[in-house]
Amino acid sequence: MGQYLVRRIFWMLLVLTVVSVVTFTLMRLVPGGPFNSERGVPAPIQANLERRYNLDAPLVEQYLDYIGGIVVPRVTGGDFRRSAQEDYMVNIELPFGEEGLALRWMNFGPSLTSRSRTVTSIIKDNLPVSMTLGIAALVVGITIGVPLGVMAGLKPNTAYDYTGMGVAILGVSVPAIILGPVLQYVFAVELGWFPVTGWGDVDQIVLPAFALGFAESALIARLTRASLMQVLREDYIRTARAKGLSERIVIGVHALKNAMIPVVTILGPLAAALLTGTFVIEIIFGIPGLGKFFITSISNRDYTVIMGTVLLYASFLVIANLLVDLSYALLDPRIRFN
Amino acid sequence: MTAIQKSNTPSAEVVKLDQVEGESLWRSSIKRLLSNRLALLGLAIIFIFLLVAIFADVIAPKSFRQQVLVDNNAAPQWVIDLFPTMIARDDGGYVKISDDYILGADSLGRDLFSRLVYGARISLLVAFIGPLVALIVGVSVGLIAGYFGGTIDNTIMRITDIMYAFPTLLLIILLMSFFRPSSGQLEQGTIAYQLNQLDASTGGMLFIFVGIGLTSWMQMARLTRGQVLSVRENEYVMAARSIGTPTYSIMARHILPNILGPIIVAETLMIPRYISYEAFLSFIGLGVNPPTPSWGAMISEGSTVIRDYPNQALFPALTLFFIMFAFNFLGDGLRDAFDPRMRGS
Repeated sequence: MGQYLVRRIFWMLLVLTVVSVVTFTLMRLVPGGPFNSERGVPAPIQANLERRYNLDAPLVEQYLDYIGGIVVPRVTGGDFRRSAQEDYMVNIELPFGEEGLALRWMNFGPSLTSRSRTVTSIIKDNLPVSMTLGIAALVVGITIGVPLGVMAGLKPNTAYDYTGMGVAILGVSVPAIILGPVLQYVFAVELGWFPVTGWGDVDQIVLPAFALGFAESALIARLTRASLMQVLREDYIRTARAKGLSERIVIGVHALKNAMIPVVTILGPLAAALLTGTFVIEIIFGIPGLGKFFITSISNRDYTVIMGTVLLYASFLVIANLLVDLSYALLDPRIRFN
Repeated sequence: MTAIQKSNTPSAEVVKLDQVEGESLWRSSIKRLLSNRLALLGLAIIFIFLLVAIFADVIAPKSFRQQVLVDNNAAPQWVIDLFPTMIARDDGGYVKISDDYILGADSLGRDLFSRLVYGARISLLVAFIGPLVALIVGVSVGLIAGYFGGTIDNTIMRITDIMYAFPTLLLIILLMSFFRPSSGQLEQGTIAYQLNQLDASTGGMLFIFVGIGLTSWMQMARLTRGQVLSVRENEYVMAARSIGTPTYSIMARHILPNILGPIIVAETLMIPRYISYEAFLSFIGLGVNPPTPSWGAMISEGSTVIRDYPNQALFPALTLFFIMFAFNFLGDGLRDAFDPRMRGS
C-alpha cells in the first residue's frame, strides 16, 4: 500500500510536470502576448512591461521561476508586505521571530491583464463558487442516479427497468450545453420558480446544479444497474439469502456495497465532465466561477492565469483519480495494491 | 437451423454443404442490430441528418450568413404560440412577426432554420473525423504496441498514458488557442500562415478536427493494445507465423478482423462526445469562425436572449439533442449486437 501510494504520487507529479511544460510551451509559441492590443502599445512601453513581468528572460528561466514560485515554500517577515497575503495561496503565521514570520507557499504570480490582481486572489475568490456548483451537481447526480439504477437493476426487464434506462439514455444525450437553456426557459422564464441567472442565493443554485448533474446521473444509473445485476448473481448473495437474512439486508448491505465499486471508478471521469460542464453552465447562468477566467485568459494571452488555472484543474483531476483508486480498498478489502 | 431454411429456396432442392455453414460473428451481429428498433431509429435519424448536411444548399431556404437587420429577432406566428412568454408586437409585446422565417431569425436577422441546416455539416463532420483519426492513429499505435510487446510496448504506452492523463478538454482548448492566433500576427508564407488560411477557408473547421483528432486516438490505442494482447497468443496467429506470413499481414488479416468488434462499438459510443466537444468549443468561442453556423455557437448566442427569444437557444439545443440521442442509440445497439452479454450496461 505504502509503495503503491508513493508510485502513484510520483506518477501524478510526472503528469503535472508534463502538463505544465506542454501548457507553457504551447502558450508561449502562440503569436501575440498579453500586452498586444488592437491599437498597439509603443515599443518602449511594451519592453518595459515585459521587463517588469520578467517576460524578456529566457523561456526556460521564466518557466523555472514560475514553477519555483508555486512549489517552493518561503519564509517572509509577517509584515513584509500586506499584499503578500494576496500573492500566496497558503499563509501560515509562525509563532517565533520578533516581527512575526510567516510561512508562505504557492505564489501563482500577478495577473498580466488585470494588473491590480494576483492569480492567487482570482483563484481564492472564484474557485469556491465553481467548487460549490460542482459538488451540488455531484450530489444531484448521485441522488438521482443511484436510486434509478438500483430500481432498474433489481427488477430487470420490467417497467421500472425501462423507465430508469429511458431516463438514463436521455441524460447521456443532454450535456449541460443543451439542458442549461432548456431548464432556464421552462423553470425560470416560463414557470418563474427560480431566478434566470445569478449566484448567491440558495434558489439560484438549483437549476445550474441540476443542469450539470443530470448527465452525471445517467452515467451513474447505467453503471449501478449493470453492476448490481452482476453482483446479484454472485454466490455470496445466494449464501446471504440462504441463511435467512431479510431482503433489505441482502440488498442494502451485501449487494449494494459491492455494486458500488464500479460506480466509484466513474467518479474520476465524472469530475472531468463536471469541470467542463461548469464552464458552460457558468456562462449560461451568469455564475462568477473560475471557468470564465480560464477561457478569457486564453484569448487575452494572460500567461500566469492560464498556467495557474490549468495546473489547478489538472491537479484537481489527477487527485480525484487517485482518491478514486484508493477508495477501492475501502469498499472491497479483496483489492490489494500491487 | 435458420441458415438451412433460408437457403431452402424452391429452386434448390438439395442443400449443398457450403450453404449450411454456420453464421459468422459479423452476420449474426448485424442481424441482432437490425432487430433492435431503437438502434434502427438512431440510424434513420443519422441518415436524415446526413442528407440534410449534404444537401444543405438545396434545403436551406435562405443564406446562413445574410443579415436582414430589419428582421432581427423576428419569429413566425407558430413559434409565438408555442412559447407563451413571447408576446407579439400586435398584442402589445415586443416580437416582430415574420412568417418568412420557419423558426425565426437571430439577433442579426439571419434565418435560424438555414443556420441549423448548415450547422449539421460541422457536427456530422466531427462525428466522422473524430473516429477516423482514432481508428487510423489509435489502432495502428495499439496494434504495434500490443503485437511487438517489450520495450516498444512500454515506451509507446507510457507516452500514451501521460497524454491520456492530460485533461482532454484542457488540451483541446490549449491547442485551439495555439492554432488560432489573433489575425494579422502571422508572417505570410510560413506554414502556420498557410494552415491558418486553409482553416479560415473552411470556416474554422480544420483546427477543430485537428484538435479533436489529436486527443481522440489515445483511448483507442489503449483498447486496441489490450485486445491484441488477448488475441496474439491464439493458435491461428501462431499458425500464420509458422508458415512465414509477413508481420504486417498477420496484423492486418489475422489480428485486426478479430478485434474490430469492440473497437467499432467503443468508437461509436465516443461519437456523441466528439459532437459535444465541438458544440462546447463553439460555445466558448474557440470553435468555428462566425458567420459559419455551429449548433454550439447558436446555443451560446441564443442563451443570452433566452428571456425574450427562447426559440433562438431552444431550437439548436433540440437539434443537438436529436443527433446525440441518435448516436447513443446506435452505439448501444451496436454494443448489444456485438456483445450480447453487455446488454444494457
